[in-house]
Amino acid sequence: MAQTAPTDRNVRQASGLAPVAWRPSWAWLGVLPFFAFIGAFLIWPAAEIVVLSFLDGRGQPTLQNVRDLGQPFIVTSYLYTIELSAVTALLGGLAGFLLAYAVTSAGMPRWIRAAVLSFAGVASNFAGIPLAFAFIATLGQLGLVTQGLRYVGISIYPTFSLYSFWGLALTYIYFQIPLMVLIMAPALDGLRREWREAAESLGASPWQYWRRVGLPILLPSLLGTMVLLFGNAFGAHATAFALTGGGSQASVVTILIGAQLSSDAFSNPGLGNALALGMIVIMALTITLYTWLQRLAERWLQR
Amino acid sequence: MRRASYWSWLWLILGSLYFALPLLATFQFSLLAKKGEIGLTAYASVFRDSGFASSFAFSFQTALATIVISALLIVPTTYWVHLRLPELRPLIEFLTLLPFVVPAVVLVFGLSRSYNRTPLTNSHGGLHLLLIAAYVVLSFPYMYRAVDTGLRAINVRALTEAAQSLGARWPTILFRVIFPNVFVALLSGAFVTFAIVMGEFTIAALLAQPAFGPYINLLSSSKVYEPSALAVVSFALTWASIGLLQWLSRGVGQNQPGGPR
Amino acid sequence: MPFLEIVNLHKRYPGGVAVEQVNLAVERGEFISFLGPSGCGKTTTLRMIAGFETPTSGTLTIDGADMTRTPTSQRNIGMVFQSYALFPNMSVADNIGFGLRVAGRPASEIRERVAELLGIIHLADFAQRYPAQLSGGQQQRVALARALAIRPRVLLLDEPLSALDAKIRIVLRHEIRAIQRQLGITTIYVTHDQEEALALSDRVVVMNNGRVEQIGTPSAIYNTPQTAFVASFIGTLNVLPARVVNRDAGHLEVGGQVVRVGRALTDATGSQVTLALRPEIFSLNGAYGPDANRLSAVAEELSFLGPTVRVRTHVAGHALSFDLFNTTGLVLPQLGEQIELHFAPEACLVLPPG
Repeated sequence: MAQTAPTDRNVRQASGLAPVAWRPSWAWLGVLPFFAFIGAFLIWPAAEIVVLSFLDGRGQPTLQNVRDLGQPFIVTSYLYTIELSAVTALLGGLAGFLLAYAVTSAGMPRWIRAAVLSFAGVASNFAGIPLAFAFIATLGQLGLVTQGLRYVGISIYPTFSLYSFWGLALTYIYFQIPLMVLIMAPALDGLRREWREAAESLGASPWQYWRRVGLPILLPSLLGTMVLLFGNAFGAHATAFALTGGGSQASVVTILIGAQLSSDAFSNPGLGNALALGMIVIMALTITLYTWLQRLAERWLQR
Repeated sequence: MRRASYWSWLWLILGSLYFALPLLATFQFSLLAKKGEIGLTAYASVFRDSGFASSFAFSFQTALATIVISALLIVPTTYWVHLRLPELRPLIEFLTLLPFVVPAVVLVFGLSRSYNRTPLTNSHGGLHLLLIAAYVVLSFPYMYRAVDTGLRAINVRALTEAAQSLGARWPTILFRVIFPNVFVALLSGAFVTFAIVMGEFTIAALLAQPAFGPYINLLSSSKVYEPSALAVVSFALTWASIGLLQWLSRGVGQNQPGGPR
Repeated sequence: MPFLEIVNLHKRYPGGVAVEQVNLAVERGEFISFLGPSGCGKTTTLRMIAGFETPTSGTLTIDGADMTRTPTSQRNIGMVFQSYALFPNMSVADNIGFGLRVAGRPASEIRERVAELLGIIHLADFAQRYPAQLSGGQQQRVALARALAIRPRVLLLDEPLSALDAKIRIVLRHEIRAIQRQLGITTIYVTHDQEEALALSDRVVVMNNGRVEQIGTPSAIYNTPQTAFVASFIGTLNVLPARVVNRDAGHLEVGGQVVRVGRALTDATGSQVTLALRPEIFSLNGAYGPDANRLSAVAEELSFLGPTVRVRTHVAGHALSFDLFNTTGLVLPQLGEQIELHFAPEACLVLPPG
């Protein structure tokens, strides 16, 4: 796709159609508004966080802010968030993969496939406060499932709490699965029927086909998407906020940052910056890994 | 033809249960507002609340402004990159992926630090502008991808040169030739943006804006059943905009990873 | 007893019928082609032999054993696909060794067999390459080696050369035939390219609309087509409406001129038939002797095709083209010239009226 660039230019020169006067330096003007906007409202604020993380209150360079990240409650929070993101990425990714496999498998009626993919499109965008309420209505103290189980003699409280790690995980998985389905369904469609048939004709059982052909081909997309799910959960704020009420007990990092911001006095602005910096670093690693895996996946699937 | 295996059906049924139960539960819960009977009392009280109308209107206007600004930035840029600056494409792709790297809470944190003690943070109108700017940034991944797909589907250069050869000038080309041709693609990006803005909580709350997301949250501290009714309304809204999107972009390859968390 | 036998094979879909009443007996070591236009049921029949599709009714036996409902993985067949279908995540060597590996053969045996097959397909230096690094022709050779590695009882090829360039297509088809002869493997080859089918096969099965039109050797299919479809599908054909003037003597009348077919006809005197004439049967200089048929025609257009020159003419208002070999001293008719075409009575094909 991008390789067409040089030929495009030749075509352009050969065509000789240029009634609008235009010199090379002017071409950049066309994209200037976009760059100005994204510079002002994304790059600069992000850069500001990075720079301020290494400055103290009087504007002198310091590593103190980054060192402060070593405080137990911050380390705990990061570990908690990483664990939560990893667990929901893994479980949501696995469940989403199985669901995507189910709807793309041959013989599944078209309308079911269309309905599931369409629902996934909605559900992956259905998050935040309303999602938290939906789970409170389901698994909260007075939730439908909680009461239903109590009716048959099973009491999930206080062993389980929606406001605990697993409660949060169960809620996060609700937006993780659809995202996995949305991305994996096209990847599964990319597995060509002939590969399976060739394997069968060579004597492979379905399991042997999956182990040696299907899964290895899908592995980069599978891992890449799970990495994306990790980032997806790591950056989530509203859902956790609504479930934990912004309280600071065993909290995710996004809530710590939000709390830093909304507390009237910036008690320790440098620390807030460092918290955000840590987040940016982790997210950048995530996206880099995702992009790399995605490229690996395309190597096999786009042929 | 192969039949779907039992496993496929099992995963499908388990998945449906997990996804249907919270929706059912919310809906059931929202009907219990009046003790001992099932009814729409919660919905009635929600719709009567003046905060509902005002916050909904606020978010609606914000969404429209976001979509217009985002479209005005993205369409000419993407078009220009297709036509004149193909070497910039990787950079633009990277930049439009950045909003995923910088989570909403970090973005709002950075914005309020960067524009601290400027008109953008000192006044209510300024904060609203800052909110819209943040949403525009959030919309870039969806809008760019949608418009890029749309432009790939048409022959940008041929259309432009045809228009030029007929004597059209740039504004004419952009608004009479290119915009109409990427309109459907643009709409699909617009609907995701709409769904995201209408449900967004983090940025609006941290900028103290009277938007729909913070309103739902606020309600939960004072009411029991009404928040569930609002969650149902909110879900229906998301469903409607994504449904419209999918109906519009039938056949067009569309990837749309996630929304507000 | 035939090695592979198909009896009364049917395949019906909810939307209609794909294959109807196919009967075929293939001898051990035979090379059979399924030939027909797209949608004629040739691929569906092949896929039923492979086990990818289940027949609605009918039976399939291979080497005396009923295979109709046996899963593909237990049929021991080799399959080559139009799209190569090499596993993109495996090297050439791993692709070829795949069947032996899933069968749990020892590594040393797999290595030897892979090396042997790499030699047969002349790709010994490419063992560690990946499919994406090979040309289409090389990929299809690897696919062939992969199918052969398991020593299949039957080799099935589904349009294996359709995705390749014309030149490679011809080289590869000779290679396929040579390897098939060398190994003596029973082979079924699906193609829509008649030249390929005629050049390669011991026998050709011509199919149309899900049915078998004719089964025969390439020369029988070409020279004595039994249905109008086979006659028109294979090669180029001039068709002229004719009337039977003498059934027993075999005389036809075409636009006022009499054509003798040299044998008694089945159609009654006075009935309408179609006279079909191949372009290569004609001569302008009486080479077929005094018994030859003569038709007068007007030369209208000449196209130079290299080895031959095609002459377009009109006979009593109907188009008729014929080929002259581009030999030294070839005298071409002038445009508009009245010419006399000579052809042997045995070369006439009489078909039902079109």
